[in-house]
Formats: sequence, structure tokens, C-alpha cells
Amino acid sequence: MNKSWENFSRGFIRENPVLVMMLGMCPTLGVTTSLENGMGMGLATMFVLIMSNIVISLVKNFIPAMVRIPCYIVMIASFVTIINLLMSAYLPQLHEKLGIYIPLIVVNCIILGRAEAFASKNNIWQSFLDAVGMGGGFTLALSLLGGLREILGAGSLMCWHFIAEDGYPVLLFIMPPGAFLALAFLIIVFNKISGAGK
Amino acid sequence: MKPIKSNLFNMIASMLIIAVGSAWAIGYVYQKTAAPIAEAKKLKTQTAISEVIGTFDNDPLAEKTAISGEDVELYPAREDGEITSVAVKASSNEGFGGKIELIMGILMDGTVSGYKIIEQNETPGLGTKVTEPKFSGQFVGLNAHDDNFDLKKDGGEIDAVTGATISSRAVVNAMKKAVSAYNKFAGAVRHE
Repeated sequence: MNKSWENFSRGFIRENPVLVMMLGMCPTLGVTTSLENGMGMGLATMFVLIMSNIVISLVKNFIPAMVRIPCYIVMIASFVTIINLLMSAYLPQLHEKLGIYIPLIVVNCIILGRAEAFASKNNIWQSFLDAVGMGGGFTLALSLLGGLREILGAGSLMCWHFIAEDGYPVLLFIMPPGAFLALAFLIIVFNKISGAGK
Repeated sequence: MKPIKSNLFNMIASMLIIAVGSAWAIGYVYQKTAAPIAEAKKLKTQTAISEVIGTFDNDPLAEKTAISGEDVELYPAREDGEITSVAVKASSNEGFGGKIELIMGILMDGTVSGYKIIEQNETPGLGTKVTEPKFSGQFVGLNAHDDNFDLKKDGGEIDAVTGATISSRAVVNAMKKAVSAYNKFAGAVRHE
């Protein structure tokens, strides 16, 4: 019980993949222009992470250690391709929004990282919990960043508009430099809360 | 159970099995989703057409035509056999993120009834504003025969989206292609 809880909760705060481990920076900085995009990307990554962790912990004993990385990456790439096809068939609107970032899940180091560091050494149940925790932490970080950037840069959040149509939001936060500023700000707050960097 | 050893046979066999298994899974899903994906694309064009032009009682998709020398597709909409308006699909490769494709509805008297962007890869939250009513509303009511489809910066009458001049210009360029194809099409129809 204790170990399961530990594996599950670790990804949210203490070892948050984005805000503490600094993994998966490309989608983090790239898609988080709005809460919706951030959350969609987080959930898609979480889904791939859960699938890959489960399958890799299932087949870990049948993969020779010397070729494990190519084996993992082929499996991960297949999951992502399948999800890409399924999304464009059944969720075309979301697929259009996330566009190029879906294929890029393949090279998201969180997924290969968890496969290598966790799923290849633990059983299915623990790997599943780890994937949900890490995926949840990733989604949490992307949602926070997306929400922050949307409020500052577009003056809105989902369907609520805080400023008038012809107002001037801080456009910088929607643009790439704003992503770095917003991320840095979030990390400061996060370190303050978790007490790191003392 | 212990992991299998990294000898040559095991390595080749495991990689082969994984590669074949993955290829099979992808092929299976591809076959299953090919029809829904094509369906979704067609539906998108269809909804875009009915959004940008008024009422019609034919199937504009089935009457698709092209004009030689113009890189556009035209979907004539009829009411009681008469062509009342036409939806023009045009694109521009000069967007900030590459291709921008749009469908524009023009009545037979030249009035623009609306337009909808069906494909774009612009910066989310910035270039994507060209799809919002604040920008797209400017075109409705313009006349394809005598109005100037240009940004104000370029001497026309369209306000560009703040911070997204390139995206706005690409949209306008696609629109100019659509308008020029429309004018040829309308000329041909009048001749008939």
C-alpha cells in the first residue's frame, strides 16, 4: 500500500517531470498557449505513457538488455502512431489543434525515461501507478502553464473573457519567449512550496 | 523469471518480433481508421461549404469544378437548377506556419457571404486569430468585382490581426486567388 501510494504520488509534486526534473521541455514550451491545448497535450502524453509502461513491464523479461532502447522506442512510436490515427478519425477537432505535437510525443523523454527507469524494473501494477502519477504531474504542469499564459497573453480562460475584445493583453506571453518566462515563474513558485533550493 | 540473455539470436529474434508486431498493429488501426478519417475530412469541407454560402438544394461537392491556370477548387451551389452562389477553396503557402487553406462563399452578384479557414498551422493564440470573427467578419459584404482585398498596410481595406501580419497577408492572398477564380467562373456562367 505504502509503496503503491509512493509510486503514484511521486510524479505530482516531488518528482514532477516538468517543474522538478525538467523533462519534456519541447511540448511544454510549444503547446501551452492555452489551458485547453496544455491539458489536451498532457492527457495524450499520459495515455501513451500508461500504454508504454504497461506493455514494457509485461515484456521486460523477453527483451535482451543490449537492444532494449531500440525495442522500447519502436513500441512507443507504434503507440503514438496508433493514437494519432485514432485521434484524427474520432477527435478531428482536438487533433487539428495539437497538430504536430502528437507525433512528437515519441521523442518526449518522459516516456522513454519512465520505460527505462521504472517500467523495465517493476511489475505491471506499479508501472501503471507510476505512469498515472507521472502523466498526471505532466498534465498538471502543462495545464498550470497553459492557464497562466492564456490569462496573461490572451486575457481569457477557456470560455471566460476577462478583457474586452479590443483590449490589449500581454501578447508576449502567448509568444515563445513568454513560455520561458511563465515556466520560470512557475518553477520559482514550485520550489518555494516544495522547499527545494534552500 | 530472469531476463533472457543478450546473445545474437535473442537480440535479432526479439527485435524482429517487436517490429513485425508493431507493423501489424499500425496496419490494422490504419485500415480501421482510413474510412472515418476520409469521412471526417469530407464532412469538414461539407460543413465549411454550407457555413459560407446560403441555401442550396444540390450537392456542391459532387459538382466540383476547376478553372485552368488557377490553383483552386469551385463548388457551385444551385437553387432550382440556377447557380446562386459558389464556394471556392483556395490556399496560400505564405502563412507563418506554412499552408493556409480556406473556403470562401461568393454570391453570384459578387458579394462575399463568408469564409472559413479549414487548414492552418499558425502560432496558436496569435496567428490563429485569423479564424476568429473579429478578423473574418471584415470580408463579409465586400464585392468580388470592385473591392480591394488587401491589408490596410498594402493599400487595401482589411485590418490585419495585431502581431500576425504574415498570417493575415497569407489569408488575404488565398482570398485574392479565390476572387480571381470566381471572376473567371462568373464570366463563364454569364456567357452560357
